[in-house]
Amino acid sequence: MNTVKVNSVLLTADGTPLKISLARAQRRSKIIAFLMVTPLLVFITIAFLVPITDMLLLSGNNEIVQRILPKTVETLQNWDETSGKLPDEIVFAAMVEEIKKAKIAKKHTRVGQRLNYESSGFSSLFRKAGRKVQKIKNPPYKEALIKSDKRWGKVETWQVIKQFSGKFTDGYYLAALDLTRDSKTGNIESLPSKDSIYLKLFLRTMLLSSLITFLTFIIGFPISYLLATIPTRISNTLIIFVLLPFWTSLLVRTTSWIALLQQEGVINDFLILVGLIGEDGRLAMIHNATGTVVAMTHILLPFMILPMFSVMKTIPPSFMRAAISLGAHPWRAFWKIYFPNTVAGIGAGSILVFIIAIGYYITPALVGGSSGTFISNRIAYHISQSLNWGLGAALGVILLGIVLAFFVLYDRIVGIDNMKLG
Amino acid sequence: MSKSDAYVSFQGVQKSYDGETLVVKDLNLDAHRGEFLTMLGPSGSGKTTCLMMLAGFETVTHGEIILDGTSINNVPPHKRNIGMVFQNYALFPHMTVNENLAFPLQVRKMSKSDIEDRVKKALDMVQLGAFGTRRPMQLSGGQQQRVAVARALVFEPKLVLMDEPLGALDKQLREQMQYEIKHIHENLEVTVVYVTHDQSEALTMSNRIAVFDDGVIQQLAAPDQLYEKPENAFVAQFIGENNTLNGKVLGLDGDICTVEVEGGEKLKALAVNIQGVGFDTMISLRPERVMVNPESGQCSSTVTGKVEELIYLGDHIRSRMNVCGHDDFIVKIPNSADHAQLQPGDTVQVGWKAEDARALDVLVS
Repeated sequence: MNTVKVNSVLLTADGTPLKISLARAQRRSKIIAFLMVTPLLVFITIAFLVPITDMLLLSGNNEIVQRILPKTVETLQNWDETSGKLPDEIVFAAMVEEIKKAKIAKKHTRVGQRLNYESSGFSSLFRKAGRKVQKIKNPPYKEALIKSDKRWGKVETWQVIKQFSGKFTDGYYLAALDLTRDSKTGNIESLPSKDSIYLKLFLRTMLLSSLITFLTFIIGFPISYLLATIPTRISNTLIIFVLLPFWTSLLVRTTSWIALLQQEGVINDFLILVGLIGEDGRLAMIHNATGTVVAMTHILLPFMILPMFSVMKTIPPSFMRAAISLGAHPWRAFWKIYFPNTVAGIGAGSILVFIIAIGYYITPALVGGSSGTFISNRIAYHISQSLNWGLGAALGVILLGIVLAFFVLYDRIVGIDNMKLG
Repeated sequence: MSKSDAYVSFQGVQKSYDGETLVVKDLNLDAHRGEFLTMLGPSGSGKTTCLMMLAGFETVTHGEIILDGTSINNVPPHKRNIGMVFQNYALFPHMTVNENLAFPLQVRKMSKSDIEDRVKKALDMVQLGAFGTRRPMQLSGGQQQRVAVARALVFEPKLVLMDEPLGALDKQLREQMQYEIKHIHENLEVTVVYVTHDQSEALTMSNRIAVFDDGVIQQLAAPDQLYEKPENAFVAQFIGENNTLNGKVLGLDGDICTVEVEGGEKLKALAVNIQGVGFDTMISLRPERVMVNPESGQCSSTVTGKVEELIYLGDHIRSRMNVCGHDDFIVKIPNSADHAQLQPGDTVQVGWKAEDARALDVLVS
């Protein structure tokens, strides 16, 4: 024995504690292992983690008001917004001065735009103020500003400015959840259901994604079973057909569905030909939820089949035989013995398809019409068209939260360790 | 052997997978009630196919399989009431040991208390009474094996099939399990049809052994008969260690024939499976039946051998000699008090009795 036991600490032959010796011996291989992942780590950090985090942080960022109107915000602190009176002259003076300054830097419309998200009208208010403040040379600024636009004389206007003058805001999140904060009382209320968009959209995204997951499971299970039970030589060939969609452009696959499903498309023509529907009864199967479900089920099918196949492949055929030899009818043997052993694969496939589906963008955008778009289409709209990045980021954070919640739920129920992807 | 003795009976069974070659060629085999019958053979010899046909997982291409007097060709496997132990045990990983054992009983709609009793009895039988709540993955290979045996027996089938059940165990455990299965068989009086490619396993456990090769039963006999009286060259080669001397039959006198081997020596051998005078034959001789420096009159054939190699194996000394031009002639010298002291290079006389040298057919290879 090369180890000596002293005071219950194991020592090597030369007297160093065993743990230290072991750490020393393993250090080199640990350093090499770390160096090998370093390029990927750097790449992911620069190309993925940093920009995403930066983008997501926009969801709570409200610096613009303080940056452009610092003095106004500072002086507004002394104003009691519940008093029902307008702020003092000093606030108006600061506002006029700062709008003048912002006008030169061409930034006054940005504040207007930001506040417009919270209360419509601010965009035009600030644009107009930008033009008018040049003429306001002398105090009293209060009267002059109110004269330029009487909205400056309303308490609500200043309440909104004060409410959204902080460095951080929950306004984007409230908007993303169809909530609003009453500017007088500060209470959080839900929007009337005719104005609520995002909750409905989240709900639709989840429901359609669940439906797509279920359909891929129903279609994928028999295929996976077949692939796992036929001889490997044949299954290897058939697997290529499952993977074929991966090698075809997503755009091509989606647009080919348009050709098939549209009102003048192949399927409608065929149904009329066989007399199932009349010329005036052409089915609307594209540019609505049906189109999204059909196209996405097709596109996501491999993500369901592959994990199920890889799990089924590991189930020895002797399981079924054993169950049958013990007296179970083949159906019962399948249900009681085979099926429970495929659960890990079903779970892995379902979670994969569901997570990909709720974040899917291009297919709903192309074939979803108005009833088949997903929350990601709305996020894209805010990022690239309305330019309300804060709201887009807030919706993104919520979506990410939902995905993580499902991931944790899956881990609790099935266990991530049981997940097999290929 | 009257027909009523047969509990399982293969009658003219043939099996083909591809319609071109026969995997099993005209098989006729009876297993008696309470018998331990082993199908022994190299891989691809058709033994497992026969077992699968009996279990119902493979269809019979031609012929009939009779179980307890009735043909089971058209009985689906789950209605045959045959216990089966698989090579990889096939324990259900998502169930505990208790649930595994309860499965065949639940399928038979037994009452809960009956199931509990039977499961406990079966687990006690394989000395695993304390392991009922474990999952198969938490058991060692030997314990899994015992659970598999218990599960195949828990619903009290009259016939149990075992498909190389000990193949995955290490040598020591395998030997221990051989005795355990043998004792369980003796106590329960079930009929067992056992498939293996391991001849020592077959010799240890079986009442009778059917040696398979190329889809045909080469010999069906009790272990001692099979070892001591092989009827053809394949069986002699396959079971135990065997010295072979090729030659030509010169004459036949009753049971004893004279064979001229390649070196020109004329040897006496028991005519078991020869075509007649003038034909080629192969003499089979067990290494332990060869005597070194025999006293005169003790042996009917004596030849000169040159010691090539000696291996000390404790209970015996294995000596490789050059005899009649074959340098792979093995002689086992028992490690008795006055055994012959040999050195490599020595030239000695080796001999044997005519009955121990069996003149058989020549293997076409």
